[in-house]
Amino acid sequence: MSPSTTPLVSLRAVERVYGKGDATVYALNGADFEIRDGEFVAVMGASGSGKSTCMNILGGLDVPTGGQYLFRGVDVGSLDADQLALFRRHYLGFVFQGFNLLKRTSARENVELPLVYRKVPRKERRERAREALRIVGLADREEHSPSELSGGQQQRVAIARAIVSDPLLLLADEPTGNLDEAKKRDIIGLLETLNRERGITIVMVTHEPDMAAHADRIIEFRDGRVVRDGAVRAPGSDAV
Amino acid sequence: MLFSAILMALGEIRRNTGRSLLTALGIVIGVAAVIATVTLGNSATAKVTSDVAALGNNMLILAPGNMKRGPVASNATPFELADVTAVTREVGGLTGVAPLSSKNELVVFGNKNHSTQLSGTTNAYFAVRGWTVASGRAFTDSEVSSGAPVCLLGATPKTELFGGGNPLDASLRIGKMSCTVIGVMESKGKSTFGQDQDDFVLMPLAAFQRRVSGSKHVDQILMSVSTKRATSSVIAQVQSLMRERRHIASGTEDDFDVRDMKEIANTLGTVTGTLTVLLAGIAAVSLLVGGIGIMNIMLVSVTERTREIGIRLAVGARGVEVLTHFLIEAAVLSLFGGAIGIVFGLGGSYAVTRAFHLPFAFSPSVIAIAFGFSATVGIVFGFLPARRAARLKPTEALRHE
Repeated sequence: MSPSTTPLVSLRAVERVYGKGDATVYALNGADFEIRDGEFVAVMGASGSGKSTCMNILGGLDVPTGGQYLFRGVDVGSLDADQLALFRRHYLGFVFQGFNLLKRTSARENVELPLVYRKVPRKERRERAREALRIVGLADREEHSPSELSGGQQQRVAIARAIVSDPLLLLADEPTGNLDEAKKRDIIGLLETLNRERGITIVMVTHEPDMAAHADRIIEFRDGRVVRDGAVRAPGSDAV
Repeated sequence: MLFSAILMALGEIRRNTGRSLLTALGIVIGVAAVIATVTLGNSATAKVTSDVAALGNNMLILAPGNMKRGPVASNATPFELADVTAVTREVGGLTGVAPLSSKNELVVFGNKNHSTQLSGTTNAYFAVRGWTVASGRAFTDSEVSSGAPVCLLGATPKTELFGGGNPLDASLRIGKMSCTVIGVMESKGKSTFGQDQDDFVLMPLAAFQRRVSGSKHVDQILMSVSTKRATSSVIAQVQSLMRERRHIASGTEDDFDVRDMKEIANTLGTVTGTLTVLLAGIAAVSLLVGGIGIMNIMLVSVTERTREIGIRLAVGARGVEVLTHFLIEAAVLSLFGGAIGIVFGLGGSYAVTRAFHLPFAFSPSVIAIAFGFSATVGIVFGFLPARRAARLKPTEALRHE
């Protein structure tokens, strides 16, 4: 990626508070970090550590209650619901643990979905969806519905959907969580390839160290704060 | 965007054919009911109007007694042939005047008999009632004036007595007289109220008076009004003539009645029209219920598809786009139900009109209204579920199981 002085993502003392008074819960309690273009970052932490909340905020699905979230220098926290939708539409791609594909809808149509909201013409939509499916190795499964695909294949479709709109940032929330060992390696390999060969910036939440080891950098959360932020020592070695 | 949204909605309906059909069922029934009642109502109105027209073109019926005071008063002076002559001579704007006297009689031919209405009249009757002789001939002038024992059969006695055979020149026995068949009238079939219009035998009035009723009385005087004259002015002429002939003092009520068949037709038309509106109103309620059915299923569908909505929000759908998506889906669903309902409504009413020998009164405006109404129902009742979908928070929607 072109070296840019502004980081792609910049979190400054971000807080996310739920509830009021005695029932106040700090899901995020002053998170600070930056992500630059082309990075592959693994976000780790126990459940309740704030990593999922952090992902939701990075993805514009939720907004911080304190601090600042800058995306390419723009304060995402100040956007309204519609602007957040447009932010997601134009800059982000999502991959979820549970795949989240539309049922009874072909792989191609699933991949086309983000382009529908981008108002890409039908024909172009179809071509780009095919291309994305080819990249994830499912060129021959275009017309299969999710129920006709294995878990690994479904996650590939989800990844194709996330990259079809050429997002600036791909957010993957436990992308390997629902898969067996072989499929896990498959998917993490695919994400790695997308990052290395296509320069897609990826933030991946995982609780599995061997998955995190494929990233360039690991950010670890505990009690709503970043407790560790550093490069992965050596590829394949134990990261914790 | 709208077009692709409609395509998406159609895709959604295709993917859930069973549920979509069930959802639209209420609309199907509602629209079918509205279409069927309106179509059948219009058919009945058309039938009533044509039936009354079949009684005679612009016909007036003059009868003794006053309808306003109740059925024919027994003390009212009956008419005689002189009244017929007076009406013919003095009232302008009439194209025909025919006397009519009737009595139920048993008509016998060989070993068959048939009880029918025997009427005495003149040749003017055919023109006044717009009725033609199907085979044979009408009366001759000398037969009318002399009261010859000849008769014309309606289609029913002809069938009853002769079957497929030829009745012409056959001799019928009616009471103590015998009478020669000179013709058969064309068939008019059953009236709206199921009355057989072909069950009668006609003979010259003079023959009827002499050999059947035994009196000089004329029960009714039928008149047909020229289309160039206002019926009301002709009625007024007839009334003043009759008041004068019957010496009715001013301030005293008429002891006779002039009935305008066109007015009766209009009244009956109004009655069937009112009934149609009433029934269509009831049917429209079922359309409303259908709309509530759509709302229910759409609400369930929104809950069921919360995760899908979450996915759409995650890939960048705005609230208004989710709202439009669900609104269009509801509208397409109810239009789809409306289309099926139109087919069923028209098909059903066509079958009914066929079964009851009614004219099929197809009305394109009803279809347009039913279509518009079902789209409106879809949008109105789809709004609540669609708004619920649009207001979902992406994080919560994605977490939904």
